[in-house]
Amino acid sequence: MGRMDAALIEMPERKPAKPSKRRASAEDLAQKQREISVSEFFAKNRHLLGFDSPRKALLTAVKEAVDNSLDACEEAGILPSITVVIEDLQPGRPASARSGRYRVTVVDNGPGIVRKQVENIFGRLLYGSKFHRLKMSRGQQGIGISAAGMYGLITTGQPMVIHTKPGAKAKAHHIELAMNTRTNRAEVTLDRETDDFPPSRLLASSSAAKNLGAAGELFAEGEFTTGTSVSIELEGRYQRGRGSVDEFLELTAIANPHGRFVFVPPSRESEAEDEQLELEQELPSKRRRRGAEADAEGEGHAPQADRSAKAGAKRGEGDGDGADERDGAAGSGIAAVTTELLGATIFPRAVGELPAETREIQPHPRGIELGTLLQMLKEYEAAEKGSLYAFLQERFCRISAASAASICKVVGVTSRTRISAVDTTLAEAIYREFQNARFPSPPTDCLSPIGVRQMLAGMLKGVRAEFYAASSREPAIYRGRPFQIEAAIAFGGDLPADEPARVIRFANRVPLLFQQSACSSFRGVVETSWRNYDLQQPRGSLPVGPIVIMLHVASVWVPFTSESKEAIADYDEIRKEMKLALMECGRKLGGYLRKRSRMRREGERRDVFERYIGEIVRAVHAINGTNEKQLFERLKQQAKRRTAIADQVLDEDGKVKKEEDPSALEGVIIVGETAPPPPPEIEAPSTRTRAAGRGTRSNAPASKSKPGATGSKSPPSRGGKAGTRGAGASTRAAAGDSPGSSASPGFRRFKRAADEQASLF
Amino acid sequence: MAKRTKTSGGKRPERDAKTKGRISSLADAVVTRANSGREPAIEIPTRARSNTIWNKKRGILEMGSATQERQLFNLNQARQFMQTLLHASTINDLIDAAKTSSLRGVFYKAKHTVAGTKENTFDEQDESDTILEDLEVALGSLREELHVFAENRGSMVGNITLVDKGDEIDCRRMGSGGYALPSIVEPDVIEFRKCDAKFVLHVEKGTVWNRFNEDRFWEKHGCILTHGAGQPPRGCRRLLQRLHTELKLPIICLLDCDPWGHYIYSVIKQGSISLAFESSRLAIPEARFLGIRAKDFVACKLSDAVKISLTDTDIKRAKEIAAYPWFAGHKGWQKEIDLLLTNGFKMEVESLITKDISYVTETYVPERLKARDWLE
Repeated sequence: MGRMDAALIEMPERKPAKPSKRRASAEDLAQKQREISVSEFFAKNRHLLGFDSPRKALLTAVKEAVDNSLDACEEAGILPSITVVIEDLQPGRPASARSGRYRVTVVDNGPGIVRKQVENIFGRLLYGSKFHRLKMSRGQQGIGISAAGMYGLITTGQPMVIHTKPGAKAKAHHIELAMNTRTNRAEVTLDRETDDFPPSRLLASSSAAKNLGAAGELFAEGEFTTGTSVSIELEGRYQRGRGSVDEFLELTAIANPHGRFVFVPPSRESEAEDEQLELEQELPSKRRRRGAEADAEGEGHAPQADRSAKAGAKRGEGDGDGADERDGAAGSGIAAVTTELLGATIFPRAVGELPAETREIQPHPRGIELGTLLQMLKEYEAAEKGSLYAFLQERFCRISAASAASICKVVGVTSRTRISAVDTTLAEAIYREFQNARFPSPPTDCLSPIGVRQMLAGMLKGVRAEFYAASSREPAIYRGRPFQIEAAIAFGGDLPADEPARVIRFANRVPLLFQQSACSSFRGVVETSWRNYDLQQPRGSLPVGPIVIMLHVASVWVPFTSESKEAIADYDEIRKEMKLALMECGRKLGGYLRKRSRMRREGERRDVFERYIGEIVRAVHAINGTNEKQLFERLKQQAKRRTAIADQVLDEDGKVKKEEDPSALEGVIIVGETAPPPPPEIEAPSTRTRAAGRGTRSNAPASKSKPGATGSKSPPSRGGKAGTRGAGASTRAAAGDSPGSSASPGFRRFKRAADEQASLF
Repeated sequence: MAKRTKTSGGKRPERDAKTKGRISSLADAVVTRANSGREPAIEIPTRARSNTIWNKKRGILEMGSATQERQLFNLNQARQFMQTLLHASTINDLIDAAKTSSLRGVFYKAKHTVAGTKENTFDEQDESDTILEDLEVALGSLREELHVFAENRGSMVGNITLVDKGDEIDCRRMGSGGYALPSIVEPDVIEFRKCDAKFVLHVEKGTVWNRFNEDRFWEKHGCILTHGAGQPPRGCRRLLQRLHTELKLPIICLLDCDPWGHYIYSVIKQGSISLAFESSRLAIPEARFLGIRAKDFVACKLSDAVKISLTDTDIKRAKEIAAYPWFAGHKGWQKEIDLLLTNGFKMEVESLITKDISYVTETYVPERLKARDWLE
């Protein structure tokens, strides 16, 4: 959230209005002047932290909790498993209500939190481990989760409920705390030990949760031996589509393929605000859904769980097969594809290893400001009382003994000059020398890129397409801070062909959902010339075509344009790297498209030749009486040989093609277009593959139960056993240790494509 | 007229055997290539402007030596490759049956649905005609050697007697219709007998020809009168060429004053690009262009009613024709085309009727002939 500085907080609450008539003396005023706590400031300025609308507040609460969980898991070396449950606490309220009361619960399998730190972490703003270091992590300031709790407290009066279990054998703590905004301290209202972790209450929270639990998908035995669960009650609004919790989790799952995410949404969705008057024009399927909801609401007095159970029954029976899909990484032979199951969404784990651990680095001399330098000098003086020469080497990265000596010489001091002798003028000289001298680039082991293979796995599970490519740039530097750009694209398949590309943006693996056009990555995409890669691109806009473009910026300090962390500032160095990464992906795409059209052409060629060979043989026979059969065979053989490229399609019956030169296409996945038809019995109406194309709005929950009702959606297959039979084997063989690959039930464009196959190379 | 005479058909079986041999070797090449794993292909001399050479000395267009391979395993040529072999087979059958067929007949004989598809081997007769011309050049055989003929087109009347397939025909007694010109007029089909004509007047269209025939122009002036129904077909051109070379009759053309008329003259005189291989049998470098001339609007005092404005295409075409090598260095023709362009209008032969119904036969042509006022 906001990068705060002290000046903001110490602003006087009110200034004297008109100087014309003296209303109060300085003493009077002095009585009213007092310190403002951070919490008070943010309580009044909640929009700075992303709580500006009920819908966004719900998203922000989820986002902060999920980011914290992921960071905690990775630091502890645990493959994250995160469950998000949103409960609708006012089910009787009309669906058109502007906002309602929700309870957001995020459970992780992280290391847990030591009891005495709970109040600090959840009950204080600007308390955290991440602010003071130069290391890549999702959170940066230590505001997020406590702010979410504070928002909940302000809007509902309910304290935050925390369950945390720091050890597999240890008992879990159940703590409820409310923040005192005056003091920026937490007040604990309940504190007891419990064995109930993850909180079993959640399993009964809705019919979806119940069904998932029964299917072994929610809180499976052994999945949460340690961990933390945070529940916040807040005023919010649940509505799918752009900028929704669903989109956030979908994108988070793409950028964090090593995580498993389960999302249990509230039993119903708020009406889209701009759709309120459109009831008459709705699709029949939608109207039916509304009708079902109205029925449910008629029994408003019934206990919530019952109601949900009824809704769940309407949604279709669970068939208990879900367990097979639980965990891609567990090597159960199930490819990792996002699926909707029993009213919840499961984003399976696509890769089995954690991102590389990042190292904390000292600041780079190029990357600091004068004030920071002064502060550092002051701290060093207090701590070490050493020489400037030692200070330079110890407190910065990439300053060797030689360059430290050279700096000392340039600013006119010796290597024995004490820090205490460094005054502001001298500090300024040092600062100037920092800008002039040459230093090696900062070390880059502080960065943890997602990785080409991981990005492919992430895209593959979240986006239904035909071609995937990814590229990872070498780390680079902006303002003395290392950063690294990664890009991936998904092309074809079910993606809409005549809309502008969808750009999905990430900073340190966190999806950026708002302010797209203000973001450097958006400009990077627009400035890349996609026409070179056989895509349409109106001047100065996004390319048009069935394409999803992913851009990830990893840095120890991501330059956001504002406190709300929604867009990346437009540094030339960053944008240039983005374009280079996109161009690399684009080249792969261009190569693929050209190869694809060549394959088609060759296929057509063969058709033509084979059509005519019969005629030719007959004519030749009529002239010289040659052996018809022999000539026919010979010519057919030749036709086959000459159109060998087409064989890659014809002979292997739609299997994924190995490129002639795989090294030329590293970081690419191609999903075969034609495939043998799946056995019909694998189609199960209760499961649905989520296509991350666009407009998740169409994923209305109740429509899931009626495969026929949505019309355009093809009946889904379970994405499970049968659906991925071929894929499992071929993918793992090609991808080495990555089990994450594709099963693609329900590609409607691919006539028979439930058994499609993919390979990584 | 039913006086039958023997034709010089004795050479026929010999010639047919030669043609059959060429067709066989075409088919054999396909088999040989297929057996050795090479791509079946047919070598076809290129019938395109690029392979047309202007033989200045002989004054005719000739085909160059460039050839093209028509390949089976080439997406753009596979269909034509098949069609070429189909026609080769069709012609083989015609020769075996000792029959001839019209172009349209050949088209129908080879036209059928490709097995297993809805595609026709030939969709249009044009396709078929082009393939036959390809075969002519590929086999080095003339059309009559392939037993194919075109529809009769054009008429003849005048002071000549000839024998057509043994029937004696007196062209002085052809009534109002004239003798229809067959497409094959080789000496083994048509023999010239008694000729007391002094020249041949070739006019562009049947309507003009009718005027001249009705006025018995050929009788009064002792000539042969022909027309080619627009662009003269091969039969007509070949007959004119034979009249010119064998009977030493000058060929005088009366065509419209427009780029199309000029082009017809050019084809009669030098040959055409697509039939450049036949030029030595068809072209008449000494042919003369009598009119209509661009100057005639003024010279004959014609009224404005005869003017037909040049279109953009006409202008473009006129400039192209002016640039033909055989016109480029010809002052008379450069002047003629320049004047046409300056006038900005074209004139048809029929326009002379504005002077008088028989102005063209009684005044225009006799005067010009007398004055030897023509372009060569």
